[in-house]
This record gives sequence, C-alpha cells and structure tokens, in this order.
Amino acid sequence: MSAEPAPQARTLARFSRAERIVHRTTALLMFTCIVTAAILYNAPLAIRVGHRRLVELVHVYSGFALPVPMVLGLISIAYRADLRRLNRFARTDWRWLRSRRRRDGSIRVGKFNAGQKLNAALTAGSVIVLLGTGLIMWFPSLTRLSWRTGSTFVHDWFALGLGLLVLGHITFALNDPEARRGMRRGHVSVLWARREHAAWADEVQPEDDEAVSPE
Amino acid sequence: MTGDPAEPKGPPVGRRVILGLTALGGAGVLWGSRAQDALSRLLEPLEARDPTGLIALFPLGDTFRFYSVTGSVPTRTAATYRLTVSGLVNRPATYTLGDLQAMSQTKLVRDFQCVTGWRVPHVHWSGVRLSDLLDAARPSAAAKAVRFRSFDGTYTESMTLEHARRPDVLVALQMLGGPVSHDHGGPVRIYAASMYGYKSTKWLSAIELTDKEVPGYWEQRGYDLDGTIHN
Repeated sequence: MSAEPAPQARTLARFSRAERIVHRTTALLMFTCIVTAAILYNAPLAIRVGHRRLVELVHVYSGFALPVPMVLGLISIAYRADLRRLNRFARTDWRWLRSRRRRDGSIRVGKFNAGQKLNAALTAGSVIVLLGTGLIMWFPSLTRLSWRTGSTFVHDWFALGLGLLVLGHITFALNDPEARRGMRRGHVSVLWARREHAAWADEVQPEDDEAVSPE
Repeated sequence: MTGDPAEPKGPPVGRRVILGLTALGGAGVLWGSRAQDALSRLLEPLEARDPTGLIALFPLGDTFRFYSVTGSVPTRTAATYRLTVSGLVNRPATYTLGDLQAMSQTKLVRDFQCVTGWRVPHVHWSGVRLSDLLDAARPSAAAKAVRFRSFDGTYTESMTLEHARRPDVLVALQMLGGPVSHDHGGPVRIYAASMYGYKSTKWLSAIELTDKEVPGYWEQRGYDLDGTIHN
C-alpha cells in the first residue's frame, strides 16, 4: 500500500485532556449559573418556579465552583502554555480585530485569534467580578448597604455581559464543527488549522515536514 | 504536545483586560448605588414610553424581584381571605378582607429595600397600621414579640412587639397604586418600611403574639433577627 493518506485524515493535537476537562466542567457550571440566574432575575420565571432558596443555593454554589476548574487547570503545562498565548496580543491581533477580511486567512493567525483572546480575558474578568459581588450579596453582614446595592448593580450588568459573551462563544462554535471537534476530541484537521490558524499550524508542523501525527 | 518553541510575544493585553474589568467592578460596588439612581432617573421617562418594552429587560435595578420560597402559592380572594390575630392576646380575632378595608387606612411612600442590595424607590403603600390590630387584640403582659405566618404554608417572620408597633409597619392592602397583587403577596402582606424586605411577609395569614422572637424562614438560614435597615 503506497497510497498516501488523504490530507483530511491528518490531524494536529489542539487541546490536551486536561484542557478539555476544564472546558467541559466550566461549561456545565456556567450553564447551571445562567439557568438559575434567569430564574432568580426574570419575574415570570421566578414566579413560575418559586423555591427561591433552592434556586439560590444551586446558583451560588455553582458560582463559587465556577473558577475552580480554571484554577486547577494551572497544574497542566499545556493549559498554562495556552493561557500565555491568550494573554499576549501581537501587532497582527490588533490588525485582525480591525480588518474586515479577518476570516479570509490573509492575516496569519496563531493558535488563538484576537477574538478568542479577547473573549477569554473578558470572560475571566467577568467571572472574577461576579464572584466578588456575589460574595458581597451572599454575606450581607460583611459590608454596608450601599456596597450591596452597588454589588447588585454590578452583578446584574456583568451577568448580562457575560451571558452575551457565552452566547457569542456558542454561536461561533456552532458555525465551526471542526473547532468543536478540537475541543471535544483534542485534535483538528491540518486543513482546518492551515485555514483558521495558519501561524499555529506552521509552528507545530512546518510545511516541509508534514509528518502524520497519530490520532 | 512536545513543548512550545515560540514563547508568545506582545503586550499582556489579556491580563490588562482582566485587571481593568476587576477595577471597573470594584468601582461599581463603591459607586454603583449612585450610578443606578442616576441611570434609572435618566431612563424612567424613556421606559414609560418604550413601546417595545426592551428597556425593561435591562438590569436598571429599580424593579421588584419576585421571591417565593415555595413552588406555588394558593390564591385568596375577598371571599376566602382570612387574617387571624392570636397567641398571647386577650381578644383573638379573625378579619376578612372587607373588615380590614373598613378600618382606617394609612398611606406611605417609602422604598422597598432588600438585604442583598436591590431596592425599589418611592413605592406607594396603603393599609392598616399593624399597631391598630395589636391594640384591638389587647396583648397580654407576657407578649414581647409578633410572629407572622404566610398562607404559602412555609414562610414565617417575626419582630419585637416594640418594632411591630412602629407607625411605619402596615398590614398592606394596596401597593403601587392598586390592590396588592398575588405575585406581590396579595391580597394582604406586611410592609415594614424601616426593615429589610424579608420582614415584609407576603401572603399574610396569621399574626401571633409570642413571649419572644421566633427566628423566621430567612433567619433560620442566616439573616439577622433584627432586620432594621442600617446604611
């Protein structure tokens, strides 16, 4: 058998097992937070569901748990490496954000595009703020009333913002099955990587050395 | 992954965004109370004329949030509603909605303040002063506190007799310019203006006089027995 394997079969490792576990648990906790938040906040839902104490408990403990997988992930070398990538904005990232042709591949994107980097930072910052303001509301005797009113105000607006970020994140994921496969199974096709993340594909598998990585 | 040859370059924008958001959140905690007042004053006229109702979806914070600790609460009408006053009293009584409506009504325009921070400014309340009902019941010398029960079957609250006799504690029949709706705890609820919302028992069904304060639903779950609003 001398036939070369089809290019579609060639894959690149994108996310380690640790990263995928962090993603999955975070998604589950985030989903729980959002559903319970909707019940606590939206009047018709609150009236229909009732059981405020129970809904509150589920919301608050999911919220307290939300950062835990992200922090535990720091044990993983691959996770830390990806955090470093997400943190740094190169000049091309700013160009990518401004460009109308950001999707045509003319700007060679690394492992994460600037939108993903921005989403990661905004999500992380929002989670920190929601956790802090949530703690202030959960322990009302700790602070003065005006801080609790401020916390409610901040919590509501940041929750709205984070909800939109998550919605956007899911929308982009739904439109890109290969990106989803990367997060579900850990690897992506070389073709996809060269199209969406050309600089990263070159970095992990230089063009002249197209060795097939085993699945 | 077999190591990352290229360490990512460029300024740490991610970290700056995170720190910036955290600072923004912190500023919001300190000054959000005032920002919210300004924002809701600004948007109130718009919201009133907004045909799409979209503005009401934004967390402007000046609307009621509906708390119910049970699944569903039965409905009581003028025909079926009863309020009992009992316990350490010389003259226990049962009131119908009509009885309460026939009594002297007190009007208040005061904020509704939740212990977690949200508040609804300038709510119109009207009802019978709790002190009037207590006087009519002639509490015995041993009575030191008042306990409220709710016809949701679960919720209870209490306050000292001294607090209960304050002129700003109402057995409210009206709020927001109409009868207290079922979702707001109608037809009859407590409104204690100088205390956090958890003291303002919804769906009021009974008032009992006791020799000491019995911790209520939220107080068994960590809230202060004294619900007086401290700024």
